[in-house]
Amino acid sequence: MNLQAETLRRIDEVIPHYPVKRSAALPLLHFVQEDQGFISSEAVEWIAAKLELQPINIQELVTFYPMFRQKPAGKRHIKVCRTLSCAIMGGYRTCAEFQKQFSTGLGGVSPGGEVTVEFVECLASCGTAPVVMIDDELHEKVDAAKARDLCDRIKAGTATAVPSR
Amino acid sequence: MAAPEQRRIIFRHIDEPGYTNDLACYQRNGGYEVLRKAVLRKPEELIDEVKKSGLRGRGGAGFPCGVKWSLLDRKSGKPIYLVVNADESEPGTFKDRYIIYKDPHQLIEGIMITCFANKVERTYIYIRGEFPDGATILEKAIAEARAANLVGPNILGSGYGCEIYVHRGAGAYICGEETGLIESLEGKRPYPRIKPPYFPAVLGLYQCPTIVNNVETLCHVKHIADMGGDAYAKIGTPGNTGTRILCVSGHVQRPGYYEFEVGRVTLGQLLNEVCGGPLPGRTFKAVIPGGSSAKILKFGERFKGKRKVGAEMVDYDWGLEDVPMDFDSLGMIGTMGGSGGVIVMDDSVSMVEALGNINAFYSHESCGQCTPCREGSLWMKKITGRMVHGEARPEDGALLKSVADQIAGRTICAFGEACAWPTQSFIAKFGEEFKGYAEAKKKPRGDGVPELV
Repeated sequence: MNLQAETLRRIDEVIPHYPVKRSAALPLLHFVQEDQGFISSEAVEWIAAKLELQPINIQELVTFYPMFRQKPAGKRHIKVCRTLSCAIMGGYRTCAEFQKQFSTGLGGVSPGGEVTVEFVECLASCGTAPVVMIDDELHEKVDAAKARDLCDRIKAGTATAVPSR
Repeated sequence: MAAPEQRRIIFRHIDEPGYTNDLACYQRNGGYEVLRKAVLRKPEELIDEVKKSGLRGRGGAGFPCGVKWSLLDRKSGKPIYLVVNADESEPGTFKDRYIIYKDPHQLIEGIMITCFANKVERTYIYIRGEFPDGATILEKAIAEARAANLVGPNILGSGYGCEIYVHRGAGAYICGEETGLIESLEGKRPYPRIKPPYFPAVLGLYQCPTIVNNVETLCHVKHIADMGGDAYAKIGTPGNTGTRILCVSGHVQRPGYYEFEVGRVTLGQLLNEVCGGPLPGRTFKAVIPGGSSAKILKFGERFKGKRKVGAEMVDYDWGLEDVPMDFDSLGMIGTMGGSGGVIVMDDSVSMVEALGNINAFYSHESCGQCTPCREGSLWMKKITGRMVHGEARPEDGALLKSVADQIAGRTICAFGEACAWPTQSFIAKFGEEFKGYAEAKKKPRGDGVPELV
């Protein structure tokens, strides 16, 4: 595992927040995914060893929690809310527009590696539906036109690049 | 009757120009003065204030907060934990987001008062993974508060200390269920625990006594400690005290968050006046009043019965628009106030497709621990999905109901009810639409009618 010094620092800082090491499993998975882009089997074993657990104790979290990926995503990760309040305000059209603009299906990586487009469940911003998260940044009232605009900005490299935390 | 004015207690400063989420701004507005006074009082007094206030939990179940605290096992000798439920995962709900993002110190002050009252020395804020900036904002606010001796050891020279840590979830709805949340915080899959024996108040986090409270609930605690339980109980209506934030989404002119005294605003006032009514050329068709698990209501419905007003039983005869937005009234008409998420659908929406959307959510989010829920939620999704994308049969409504009827009451946690209630209520209220869906979907789809499944 080749983790950045900052990631290692955050890992060592967070573990003592808990009286039981195992509790640090989700924070470590977040930190490692932010560092590496996804959770590899090597990462599963590394985290397990760090927390004195069996690899299955970590693997079962990776397969359960929707936010953890076992494969790399595109450079930008577009998450469109699929749930009711967004859907009745046109979320499916928004999602289709992102897919069309990058000629990609749901969940995969677009041909140029630029993006991954995904449907996710409720993002808790139902009053400004439809909403989309691009990496860590929330975009509100994203109709098809606004989706096209966001795509143009991503393609031109001018969309706010939000570094992972 | 005209809608009452909003009464913003929790959201007093939200949207206020120039109000920022840092400690200096919070303190300029009187922040942490309540905590300062609270630590000079006896903890038991503060618990009594919360009991007197009648505060009911704002996360979904509406359980009295003071009662929850009084169930805490204080004799076990084990540490007592507070876990803040900031998972805000019930679809239609988005109030805690604004507290966390715009006024995090209000939450921290509420947490510290709650911890002092209950002799808690460690708190975890379990925040949904989808609020990455929210987690950063909270961490920064906690650091500011710690530097000002408002969090951490020996706060304000009182001899009392408490640490707060932020813990991020990772996209699972079931983590909003308090025992699932605790499992998740222990680093496991969030499988809800069986109650009894695992009541958090007795056997919670690390098998220690634990309070799990929603973000908004803890903010109310601050204001109760400030004004006193008796004064707080005069806000709202008897049994439904205080204010509550209603989150309105879907087909209204002005969706958003609105804070009212509980029970003082009716559903009709909220949707027609406060939210500006339906979109141009449309009419209201249905509303889900308390997050997507709450049973759906149909415009045109009437509700009759007897209800308690003071000591007397009086008759009520309400149109849907007349129903007060409080826990008890919504409960009486067969649904719930839940988390305060009001989802409005107009006549452009097919109820079959809306249910298909909801079923896909619950199927995705079932933790899989209990067979009736795991399989039932999946089959309800498959049946509604087939109706929309494949063949729809007149008997599908009855089939859906039969699946739903076999889930509720047969699961470890309330997710079983949460996933069954939408199907049961959609079929009960809109059964004809399910019977006629095969014909209805042959007609060309109108412009602007959104796809939902």
